[in-house]
Amino acid sequence: MKILSIFTKQKKFEEQLLNGEMEYSSYYKDSFKRLKKNKAALFCLGVILFLVLLALFAPVVSPYDPTYQDYASVLAPPSSKHLLGADEYGRDILSRLIYGTRVSLSIGILAQILASVIGITLGAIAGYFGGAVDTLISRIMEIFAAFPDLLFAMAIMTFMGQGLQNLFIALGLLTWVRTARLIRGSVMQLKEKEYVEASKASGGTSFRIITKHLIPNCLSTVIVLVTLGIPNAIMYEASLSFLGLGIQPPTPSWGNMISSAQSFISFLPVYSIVPGIAIMVTVVAFNIFGDGLRDALDPKLRA
Amino acid sequence: MFQYISKRLFQTLLVLFGISLITFILLQVVPGDPVELMLEKRADAQTIARVRHELGLDVSLPQQYLNFLKGAIHLDFGKSYFTKEVVITALVRCFMVTVKLASMSFLFAVVLGVACGMAAAINRGKWIDSVLMTISIVGVSAPSFWIAIILQIIFGLKLDLLPISGFEGPVFFILPSIALGTRYAGSIARITRTSMLDVIKQDYIRTARAKGVKEGLVIMKHALKNAMIPIITLVGTELGNMLTGSMLIERVFSIPGIGKLAVDSMSNRDLPLLEGTVMYIAFVFVIVNLLVDISYAFIDPRIRYGKGAN
Repeated sequence: MKILSIFTKQKKFEEQLLNGEMEYSSYYKDSFKRLKKNKAALFCLGVILFLVLLALFAPVVSPYDPTYQDYASVLAPPSSKHLLGADEYGRDILSRLIYGTRVSLSIGILAQILASVIGITLGAIAGYFGGAVDTLISRIMEIFAAFPDLLFAMAIMTFMGQGLQNLFIALGLLTWVRTARLIRGSVMQLKEKEYVEASKASGGTSFRIITKHLIPNCLSTVIVLVTLGIPNAIMYEASLSFLGLGIQPPTPSWGNMISSAQSFISFLPVYSIVPGIAIMVTVVAFNIFGDGLRDALDPKLRA
Repeated sequence: MFQYISKRLFQTLLVLFGISLITFILLQVVPGDPVELMLEKRADAQTIARVRHELGLDVSLPQQYLNFLKGAIHLDFGKSYFTKEVVITALVRCFMVTVKLASMSFLFAVVLGVACGMAAAINRGKWIDSVLMTISIVGVSAPSFWIAIILQIIFGLKLDLLPISGFEGPVFFILPSIALGTRYAGSIARITRTSMLDVIKQDYIRTARAKGVKEGLVIMKHALKNAMIPIITLVGTELGNMLTGSMLIERVFSIPGIGKLAVDSMSNRDLPLLEGTVMYIAFVFVIVNLLVDISYAFIDPRIRYGKGAN
C-alpha cells in the first residue's frame, strides 16, 4: 500500500513537471527566494544601491565641486547655500561627503577583489595539493594573521607611501587570510567528491579541476566574504585616513574629513558628525545585507 | 596538555620570527635614506659614513637582519633618532598607559556586552531585544574615533562634565575607555545573545526548569556558564585588537600611549623607534593570543584533542 502511494506521488510529480505546473529551481534561484524574504537585508541592499548611484553620479548630484574653496563661507554653519555647512577652506561639506562615497566604496570593493584573488589562489592551492605546499602557505597565513591589523596597514602605508593605489594593496594584503582559510577548508572537503574523481579519471589536469570544479563550488562562500569584507575595508580606510596615512586632502574621504573636523568641534560640530554617520550607515548596510546573503546562500557559514 | 602547549609555543616562535622578517623587509623599502634624513642633508660624506657605521648600516643586509634579530631578542632596539631616548624605555613607559586604557575599556565592554546580550536573549523577540540589538549593530559599525569625538562634543563641550584630552587622572580615563570599548561591547553583546539562545534550547535547561529551579538561577548557573566559551573566544581575540585599536583613541584624546608612539615614529621615520614599536606591539598581540589559546585548552578539553591537534 505504502509503496503504491510513493509511486502515485512520483507520477503526480512527473505530471506536474511535464505540464509546467512545477519547475526545477536552481541553487541560486533558491537562495534568491530566501533572500527576498529577508526584509532588512533587502532594505540594506537598497541603501547600498543608493550609495553606489551616489558615487557614480557624484558630479551631477553634489551642489559644488568638492575642492572649490569659497573663502566667504569658511566654517559656515548649515544654511540654504551650504546644506551641511562649509569646512575650514570654505569647501561645501555635503559635496565632500558625496565624493567621499566614491573613495570609500571603490576602496572597499577593490581591496576585497585583491584579497579574494590572493585568498582564492593560495587557499585553493594549499587545500588541493596539501603536504609541504599546504604547510608553507598555512605558515604564511599564520604570520599575516598574527600581525595586528591596523598596525600592519599603517606600516605598509608608511613604507609604500600614501595614495589610493597603495591603500588598495595594504587593505587587500590585510584581509586575504580569511578568504584563503575558508577556501582551503572547502577545497579540502570538495576534492574528495566523486565529480573530482571523474574529472581526474577523464584526464583533467589539476589546473582544470581547481578552476572548473572546485572554485565555482566555493563561489557562494566568496560572495559572502566579499560582502562582509567591504565594510571592514571601509572602516580601515577611514581609520588610516583619520591617522593621516590614507587618503590625503584635498581629496575628500570620510576618514580625513573627521580628522580635519577635529579642530573645529566647538565651532562646527556638524562637520565631525556627518562623515561618521555616513561611515556608519554604509557599514551597517553592508553588514546586514552580508548577513542576509550568508543566511540565504550558505547557512553553514553562520557563526 | 604539555604537548599542545609546546606545539603552540613553537608556532608562536615561528610567527614572531616571520614578523621580525617582514618588519625588517618593510623597513628596507622605506623611501629616503634614514641617515640623510637624520642629519638633514647638512653633513659631509665623511660624517655620513661615520654615522652609518655607528648605526650598523654599513654591513650587508642579511648581516643587518641578524644584528636586528640579536638586538630584538635582548630587547635592545637602539636609541630613537630624534629624542635619543632608549627605545625600550619609551616603549615600556607608553605601553603602561595603553594597558591602563585598554583594561578599563575591556572591563566596560565585557560587563556591558554580556549584560545586554543576556537581556536580549532572555527577552527574545520583544522590543528590548530589538532595541538592544539595533544599538549593538550601530556600536559595531561606528568608527571608534568618531564615537570618541561625539563623546567629546556631548560630555566635554556641551555638558562640560569631563575633560576631553590628556591623561592625568582617573577622570581622564572615562571617555577614552567608553569610546574604545563601545565597538567591542557591541560584538560581545551579539555573540552573547546568539550563544545564550543556543544554550537555552538545550534539554538540560528544560530539565532544570522542570525541576523547579528558579528562572534567575537557570540563566546564571546553567545557561550563562555553558554559553561562555564562544564569548571567551571572542573576548580573547578582541583583547589583542583593543591594544592596537587604542591607537585611534589615543590620537583623539592625545594620550601618550604606545599607539601615539607608533603613529609619531611613522610620521617622523624614526626607524629604531618604529622597529621597536612594531615588534613590541606584534609581540604583545601574539603572546596575548597564545595565552588565550592555552586558557581555552584548560576551559574546554575538546580543543586540546580536536582543533588543537590539527
